[in-house]
Amino acid sequence: MNLHTRKLLDRSFTAAGFFAIVMMACALILILYPIISRGLGAYIFRATCEHRRVQFEEFQAGSRQEIEREAAEIAAVRQPVFDMIAAHEKDLKAELQEAFDQVRALAAAEGGFLQRSLERRLKRAHADASLEECLAVLSDIRESLKGQYDHERFIGVIGVITERKQRVEQAAGKLSDMKHALRDLLGPLPGDRRPELLRSHYGQTRWDRSLHYLDKFLYRYDWDYTNAENTGVKTRTPRADEFRGTDLEPAFGYVRDNIEAMMQPRLTFYWRFLTTDSRDAHFFGGIWPEVLGTFYLTIGAMLFAIPMGVIAAIYLCEYARPTKTVSLLRSCMSTLAGVPSIVFGLFGLAFFLNTVGVSDSKSVLAGSLTLALMILPTVIRASEEAILAVPFTYKEAALGLGAGRWRTVLTVILPAALPGILTGIVISMGRAAGETAPIIFTAAVSVGLAISPLQALDSPTPALPWNIYNLCTEHEAVDEIRHVQFGMVFTLVALVLALNIIAIALRARISRKLRG
Amino acid sequence: MSTAVDAALTHPDESTQQPGDSGITMHRMKSFAGRDDHTGLETLEAHVQARNFSIFYGDNEAVRSLSMDIPRSRVTAIIGPSGCGKSTFLRAVNRMNDLIPRCHTNGELMFDEENVYDPMVDVVQLRQRIGMVFQKPNPFPKSIFDNVAYGPRLQGERNRGRLADIVERSLRGAVLWDEVKDRLHDNALGLSGGPQQRMCLARALAVNPEILLMDEPTSALDPRSTASIEALIGQLRGDYTIIIVTHNMQQAARVSDFTAFMYEGLLIEYGNTTKLFTNPANKQTEDYITGRFG
Repeated sequence: MNLHTRKLLDRSFTAAGFFAIVMMACALILILYPIISRGLGAYIFRATCEHRRVQFEEFQAGSRQEIEREAAEIAAVRQPVFDMIAAHEKDLKAELQEAFDQVRALAAAEGGFLQRSLERRLKRAHADASLEECLAVLSDIRESLKGQYDHERFIGVIGVITERKQRVEQAAGKLSDMKHALRDLLGPLPGDRRPELLRSHYGQTRWDRSLHYLDKFLYRYDWDYTNAENTGVKTRTPRADEFRGTDLEPAFGYVRDNIEAMMQPRLTFYWRFLTTDSRDAHFFGGIWPEVLGTFYLTIGAMLFAIPMGVIAAIYLCEYARPTKTVSLLRSCMSTLAGVPSIVFGLFGLAFFLNTVGVSDSKSVLAGSLTLALMILPTVIRASEEAILAVPFTYKEAALGLGAGRWRTVLTVILPAALPGILTGIVISMGRAAGETAPIIFTAAVSVGLAISPLQALDSPTPALPWNIYNLCTEHEAVDEIRHVQFGMVFTLVALVLALNIIAIALRARISRKLRG
Repeated sequence: MSTAVDAALTHPDESTQQPGDSGITMHRMKSFAGRDDHTGLETLEAHVQARNFSIFYGDNEAVRSLSMDIPRSRVTAIIGPSGCGKSTFLRAVNRMNDLIPRCHTNGELMFDEENVYDPMVDVVQLRQRIGMVFQKPNPFPKSIFDNVAYGPRLQGERNRGRLADIVERSLRGAVLWDEVKDRLHDNALGLSGGPQQRMCLARALAVNPEILLMDEPTSALDPRSTASIEALIGQLRGDYTIIIVTHNMQQAARVSDFTAFMYEGLLIEYGNTTKLFTNPANKQTEDYITGRFG
């Protein structure tokens, strides 16, 4: 091989290596970018007045005057829409009036039992009764007239009722749809009963979600299945068209133009997302129980894994004679490192919970033990390598000065091996924090409050990795809480990154001290 | 005692008549003040005594039935070609060979009337009484202070003031105090080779040993540092029993009172240094010191 080809080969290797690194960096950025950008969206976003109301009413954050002042402003802007709805309902009720008049006339003409029966029903459809109530009364009257043995006599009245009812019912259905869309956007309308679920007590808390629901309010989305050869086609029709010529027609334009004033979006740094618990299955609030749970599990796993792992490594390096048993032990450990984490989870359930019974049900303790077991091989291997890398001369010097074996390990070998041991610990810490499978069976629950360290002994906890999975797959309204999902992922990544940075800094400090 | 030593002892006066082709510069040999060039071994009290002492690595006999008396408060050098067992013997004195698997011994190695290899001997205490300086400077990755204070701390000394006293005394003993007194708390790895080795010596001195074992202490050092270590050995002579293994024959001639020549695990000749270098009794010794083999 001549010089030229050799140089060419060298360069191509360099280029290939460089290319690989660039590709890896790109992949990392591709993965991390959405996590960071959308995850930050859980903390920094344009919060609407509804968000501030939730914060005030549920989490006691914010000032009462501020909230009340804002509520007054918003009510003023929203009122015209409610007025338009009321006017439209009144129009529809007026259309029913002729039917009621005919019934009333009939009642007066008939007299007797039928009069009493009809008037009792008519009373329910008084002036303040809702449109739905009026329609229900008409149905009722129609059925009761139809039920008479000589109902042919009432055929004229029944015809009028049916015709009016059909016309109004169609309009009322559209109105109900529209009110539903408006509730999603703004929260309960005036006159609504108090909803059961907390999530329906408030309108949209985020500006991006508000715009989404504004669109659903302004347009009606349907699936068109008329063409049998195609699958359904999504159609989008402006709701304003459905109410053309009514009092309600201007409402859509009004809402579209005044949405900012109605929602009052303000760029907010919502740091409480990290420090508060959640309400109504993560519709509102933060992720503190999950963060704390992850923290407990990680620290707990480390508490068990570090002493056990380091002591095992010391035994293997310094005390064990190189026998067959020891080499068998080593290969067992390597195998253990490759066991799927779900198997560790099942083992934790079978051993720590069902056999040993460290707690009555799932608990942080059982989860920590299982995680510790899972990361033990990594810790041992890393510590072993670090200990073996300590120069033999250190050991010689210590022994030569009259240190016993244990003192040598404690005063010379461990300090010198500490950076390497720390690296292993950091790697396994990240793994313990992010591992889902082992804690499903042993520690994690989907919903729960933050627990105290003492409770960790016998209570399960929500934890980030499990709840990310849970919220993304098993939540009833996955689309509504995308920001929480991304916020959790971002927090987990940030948490692991922070742990890593701390450990790397620590390691660098120790290395510097050792190097002199 | 071996016949070689006997031979050396029976001709104490022949050293002055040695022709100058031995490769040793006589004027430097005589530069140590107070060295008694003519004293025989039999007049001195033995500090370490080997009696038919053998060391095996597995089946390989590295030191063969060695018998020698190492005198108290003198410098004894052991020379010989590589693999002759001199380091192995040295490391047997404070049982550093215990670290090597499959290494075992035969015979007796007496230190103050006690067999070093007696199973009842506390190795930790033994090593505190027999300090060692290694081939390469091997400071701990700690501060100079912590390095020197390591031994006393092992013995349970916790008092800060007393520790500081010991550290100062030891560093003065190793002629390092003036160099490092302002940076006692800097990492010892920051020192250069010579001072590092002197610090290791100070560290060994800090536990107040009776014997200092030196395993080629200057082989990793430049000539200047070597000279400083040699000067130091001269100063420590009289206070400590020093056994030094060296490849450098000039060094043995310069620093030691007595020299042993080993070859293939056997003690070939042992006696007064001046005598051994100027008028060796044994042909092999002569060949070695004149550079004909080894």
